[in-house]
Amino acid sequence: MILDAKIPDGPIQDKWSNHKFRLKLVNPANKRKFNIIVVGTGLAGASAAASLAELGYNVQAFCFHDSPRRAHSIAAQGGINAAKNYQNDGDSVWRLFYDTVKGGDYRAREANVYRLAELSVNIIDQCVAQGVPFAREYGGLLENRSFGGAQVSRTFYARGQTGQQLLLGAYQAMLRQVELGRVTLFPFHEMLDLVVIDGAAKGIVTRNLITGEIRSHAAHAVLLATGGYGNVYYLSTNAKGSNATAIWRAYKRGAFFANPCFTQIHPTCIPVSGHYQSKLTLMSEGLRNDGRVWVPKQVGDKRPPDQIPEDERDYFLERKYPAFGNLVPRDVAARSIKEVCDEGRGVGPTGMAVYLDFADAIKRLGRHVIEERYGNLFEMYERITNENPYHTPMRIYPAVHYTMGGLWVDYNLMTTIPGLYALGECNFSDHGANRLGASALMQGLADGYFIIPYTIGDYLAGLGFEKVTTDHPAFRQAEQEVHERTKKFLAIPGKRSVDEIHRELGRVMWDYVGMARSAEGLRNAIDRIREIREEFWRNVRVLGRDDHLNESLEKAGRVADFLELAELIAVDALLRNESCGGHFRVEYQTPDGEALRDDEHYAYVAAWQYQGDDQPPQLHKEPLHFEYVKLSQRSYK
Amino acid sequence: MNLTLKIWRQPNAHTRGQLVTYSISGVSPDMSFLEMLDVLNQQLIHKGEEPVAFLSDCREGICGSCGLFINGRAHGPLSGTATCQLHMRAFKDGDTIVIEPWRAKGFPVIRDLVVDRSAFDRIIQAGGYISVNTGSAPDANAILIPKSAADAAFDAAACIGCGACVATCKNASAMLFVAAKVSHLAYLPQGQPERRRRVLNMVAAMDREGFGSCTLTGACEVECPKKISISHIVRLNREYLSAVVSDEAD
Repeated sequence: MILDAKIPDGPIQDKWSNHKFRLKLVNPANKRKFNIIVVGTGLAGASAAASLAELGYNVQAFCFHDSPRRAHSIAAQGGINAAKNYQNDGDSVWRLFYDTVKGGDYRAREANVYRLAELSVNIIDQCVAQGVPFAREYGGLLENRSFGGAQVSRTFYARGQTGQQLLLGAYQAMLRQVELGRVTLFPFHEMLDLVVIDGAAKGIVTRNLITGEIRSHAAHAVLLATGGYGNVYYLSTNAKGSNATAIWRAYKRGAFFANPCFTQIHPTCIPVSGHYQSKLTLMSEGLRNDGRVWVPKQVGDKRPPDQIPEDERDYFLERKYPAFGNLVPRDVAARSIKEVCDEGRGVGPTGMAVYLDFADAIKRLGRHVIEERYGNLFEMYERITNENPYHTPMRIYPAVHYTMGGLWVDYNLMTTIPGLYALGECNFSDHGANRLGASALMQGLADGYFIIPYTIGDYLAGLGFEKVTTDHPAFRQAEQEVHERTKKFLAIPGKRSVDEIHRELGRVMWDYVGMARSAEGLRNAIDRIREIREEFWRNVRVLGRDDHLNESLEKAGRVADFLELAELIAVDALLRNESCGGHFRVEYQTPDGEALRDDEHYAYVAAWQYQGDDQPPQLHKEPLHFEYVKLSQRSYK
Repeated sequence: MNLTLKIWRQPNAHTRGQLVTYSISGVSPDMSFLEMLDVLNQQLIHKGEEPVAFLSDCREGICGSCGLFINGRAHGPLSGTATCQLHMRAFKDGDTIVIEPWRAKGFPVIRDLVVDRSAFDRIIQAGGYISVNTGSAPDANAILIPKSAADAAFDAAACIGCGACVATCKNASAMLFVAAKVSHLAYLPQGQPERRRRVLNMVAAMDREGFGSCTLTGACEVECPKKISISHIVRLNREYLSAVVSDEAD
């Protein structure tokens, strides 16, 4: 099968405009004849559900939360990028495009990235019109700040809670459509399978998490907006419920999985403190605007930070990358932090941390300015660590944060299954091998507000108006499989809890498929993952029944899927004999320890096709062409 | 730390619940409250007992999923703190901790410590938004908003919808939740055209859902993990009165 990304012809500036004109339209009076399922109600899902309903389609929106407002997009702290150039500092659509392609280490599609930069401008307009309370200057204009990897101030923010405010905007827009009868909400519902009829997506099977009812839902198209799969590592900054089940079921029904090994490790998280730890907390990258990262120059220097004199400190990011300093992109910062900790210069009780110090900024700007900018983050840090960052530097360490891999989609955001779309973090597009700060919110909203409303029409216009129902036997069969799988979890007469096994998987993933990967480690990881998977199906213990709220049962299903996805991640990482972005293979580095790409052999998207549980997946390659941003070694020096 | 936990166990909405006593040892002061419950649940699973059901997701105090009544207080003993951000250092070795779900007619119990808060979504649905379709917005800087208004709107918009205000109110009133949204949108120029209709519809929806009346005791403000001010309730009352007496309210 040849992967056709359907990238429009013509100069990159005109591709999206030309494409929109060529896409087929659905007559307004006919839109109500189409049903669309949206799974997930974060930024991508809620914005898509609202926008499609506004156009006149019938939308059914599903989330496993008690309310759509809980989606993990809500936790994003830093901000959202847009090439508005309000600050007159040289920003432009072209620069955002350039920064994103380069930041992604040349593993993203140019056409997609350009479109994202182009749409970024409309997103801010839309959100402001919805009443998102972005930070403002005294003159009433919007304020901006600079953010990881960018030398211009293009990040719009709402204190440290930008994700929350953007999500509430999209959620409110969606609920307005609920009131108007165009969106039907299904909270506490988890998608457990995709139904494919004659090769096209026609519906989903869900479990009602309260009653346990397994039910089919039919539609003309299915949109997955289910977020990332970083929880395959057990510890991550993702919410506890974030999972891969929906996209993994889609993969098993024929959707290709692209670049699974591209995982972003975020440099500034609160370090792990004990074995009971359930998740990691991010400290916004925005902090690196004013915070300085350092460790002692001496290995094993255990003095408290205030007793280490200035000339015995190593501000290693400023030293190594003078042009960008503490603002280097996430992959570069994360690797540097690991490096100094591996040298034995890490700080704190575990030695797995570096300082993020605000003393200079407080001296320069005054405490109240820092409080205004980061107050809630400082408070959150203090709550977790019991240390006051106004007085003693924060301790930070990298943690799994975002997955750039996901379902393969073409320029229209359609997967390899016709009628199945993937939006936001659950698709692979736009960020390449590394995501720049404040770009995730941008992509989720671009997909939902401004791309899918156009591209889905092209598919639906070609369908005809035949009603879709759940009468087809494919629905019965999928329901049956979901039932059997649920019963199977409950019947395993094992001893270990789901969490214990998940934690074990996470450890293997972090050690061998984490910040630095080697061929040997990856082969070892694949063996270990298989062992853990085997143990899971033999020795897991899930109590309770399937006809009531049963959180262990929910987790069991998700972890079972993580155990399969984990292997695909390791296989993908093993095959990519280069280092790029968040994928760092120790065998491939420059003499000074930077990621060494191999553009001749690996400038492609790796798209994996499921071949059956007993068969290795088949690799398809979508070659990447760089016409506008010339391939070059990334440098932030 | 060693602790005694008295936890509300209730199989479902139709069965009576009761407090069940558990003892737990080896609790670290650095654990979050929910991590302590995770540890308890692991122990229960090993003993063959069903784990205690409770909701949580982001565990960073922002998604609003969590919320437990701890020793008679919503989200526990600290002010301005969601349950997931409460750490065990707030307790002492040997303490007995009573853990219950939110108790309010508007929030029926689903199981153990999990309640149904979908009433909040229906209140927002009744008018807690600005009616603007995708794609028709003017340039963002065409709408000037004084910094003070943007900041005040943000303060109100910080509500995470956890329901602590309802849980702690003796009348199980949802006024702080509704006030926060009404206030957020009323501060902004974009929110003006629908201002009156919004407040009337939202208040009507709140009453329909079975939440009680507000008698301004201020308990909601005390327990709100986002420190949302009761002054928003005053504002809501003003907005409501002005809408009621206005001819424009349609």
